Amino acid sequence: MSELREQIRETIEREPVVAFVKGTHEQAYCGNSERAMQALRAVGASFAAVDVLPDPAIRQELSAVSNWPTIPQVFVAGELIGGADIVQELAASGELEAKLDEKLGGEWRNGGAEHTIPLGAPANPFRIAPG
Amino acid sequence: MSTALEAQLQQAFPDARELSVVDRTGGGDHFHVTVVSPRFNDLSLVEQHRLVYDALAAPLDDGTIHELRITTRGET
Repeated sequence: MSELREQIRETIEREPVVAFVKGTHEQAYCGNSERAMQALRAVGASFAAVDVLPDPAIRQELSAVSNWPTIPQVFVAGELIGGADIVQELAASGELEAKLDEKLGGEWRNGGAEHTIPLGAPANPFRIAPG
Repeated sequence: MSTALEAQLQQAFPDARELSVVDRTGGGDHFHVTVVSPRFNDLSLVEQHRLVYDALAAPLDDGTIHELRITTRGET
């Protein structure tokens, strides 16, 4: 298994809510990545973003891990929740909040903090402490 | 292009109650597909969309589809 793939797995497991996007939480370079992050914002969720653009291998390895061919990809507590369409649909129906509550308790709100992390980064100060 | 994609989806979901492919931009590479099928019953949205991605794997891989929006529903 490649080191990059291992880092991706570790990031998915570590971050309560993580969105793999084209760009950063401040600047998406793709309408779909922006839609996914807007859906998370709409419910007030804190999330980490990972930019897949710096290295094409990130996207390749991510898709191998998740069995999902497109970007963005949003994970909650280690589980793939969906791409932009699903996350948007779940946010609109109220199911996204229910899913976050179910998976993370109340921790996911955390003031709606957002940050972008490089792959393989150590725990950062914005990280939600485990309950 | 929409017609070709629709044919591929039709083949993958022969029992679809509703199936449409919309070229969102008119450029022939940004599509919105909608599939309503009893096959989706009891599947999560992630599993439903995976089946659509599987059905369109070839045009996704070769870049024919640059962007794909998906709407799926089971039949209740």
